[in-house]
Amino acid sequence: MNQSILQGTLIDEQVELSMDDLCCACSITSEWIFELVEEGVIEPINPDQEQWVFTASSLGRAKTAARLKRDLNINTAGIALALDLLEQIQVLEARLGQTSGFVDD
Amino acid sequence: MDYKDYYSILEVERTATQDEIKRSYKKLARKYHPDVSKQADAEVRFKEVGEAYSVLKDPEKRAAYDQLGANWKSGQDFNPPPDWDAGFEFTGAGFNEADAADYSDFFSSLFGQGFGSSHRGRAQQGQRARGEDHHAKVAINIEDAYNGATRSINLQSPEIDHSGHVYLKQRTLNIKIPKGVKQGQHIRLSGQGTPGMGDAPAGDLYLEIEFNPHSIYRVDGHDVYLDLPITPWEAALGATVKTPTPTGSVDLKIAEGTANGKKLRLKGRGIPAKSPGDLYVVTKITIPPANTEEAKQLYREMKEKLAYNPRSSLGV
Repeated sequence: MNQSILQGTLIDEQVELSMDDLCCACSITSEWIFELVEEGVIEPINPDQEQWVFTASSLGRAKTAARLKRDLNINTAGIALALDLLEQIQVLEARLGQTSGFVDD
Repeated sequence: MDYKDYYSILEVERTATQDEIKRSYKKLARKYHPDVSKQADAEVRFKEVGEAYSVLKDPEKRAAYDQLGANWKSGQDFNPPPDWDAGFEFTGAGFNEADAADYSDFFSSLFGQGFGSSHRGRAQQGQRARGEDHHAKVAINIEDAYNGATRSINLQSPEIDHSGHVYLKQRTLNIKIPKGVKQGQHIRLSGQGTPGMGDAPAGDLYLEIEFNPHSIYRVDGHDVYLDLPITPWEAALGATVKTPTPTGSVDLKIAEGTANGKKLRLKGRGIPAKSPGDLYVVTKITIPPANTEEAKQLYREMKEKLAYNPRSSLGV
């Protein structure tokens, strides 16, 4: 058994992800990334340049988007809406957690 | 192995039409999608529903499954009768082998190896392609985010053996969790995904950080919240009270006249990071029980001596 300890890279706000990184990490095509950007699901840091780069939050959103497309067959506009609503739920749940004890499932 | 009742999993009758099955599947898939549902077993349910649908949506597989009979109950010990699928013709279409590796033993014994005759070839020889990236979740405790930790995680990934069959390959990795991680962040382990083809590099492994629920702390990004019970006299008169924090207890000053639900911020005592989070202590005034004559007497005294009407703002 492999006992050595692996140290990875924490993808925090300082890490920039290239188009290729995003494609590989989410198993999606660059064409679909263009669609996601067009729909406002993810935003490159440098929209005006030729080689787009993305932040860590785009990784999470693109991954969820890819799963929603694959599993539920939702189109890009629907994915954009679902992600926005899911994010709102998260904000509301966090607010509940701040003031009134634990959020029950 | 346990029998699986695909009809009850999809919440349809055995007589349901293909359309009814499809509608019910779509509804349940949305309900249990792991990105949508907060239910703890959502992922398991989602896979189960997908497995059931992959059988029932295919008229050939459905007919073969129906042939097992209606008297089985979910969870009942099950072994497929020999030659159970004799007399059926299968096209082998309908499910993707990578997904099938996630399905139950029940599924594999019926529809797994050898059922559908066509196995997807992995790749043409001589091709060169970067290996796929893998994803996994790793659950950590709040304290791990403060101190960093090492986690040993077990991964299963579908692989294809020499004869073209899918099997689950197990491996264990010891991973350093750096301090300062937050919920939903990813750790990338280069080269720990699927090996590349030809001389192309292997894919990466992405680990998504999840916090185990904690009995007293709650996490929001890098900020941490704690409910702190205080007495009415501590709230009214002010006090210094011992307060737990993930890095050890501190003495916290409660100001005179502190209200219930007041958020006290301990700057920089949240999860440490380049810009560390804060720890918020939320006051919860708790009422001592009037369970002795002495306590009752004190409450009576307050009633008489404190002219306090909490409902004055209600106009009564």
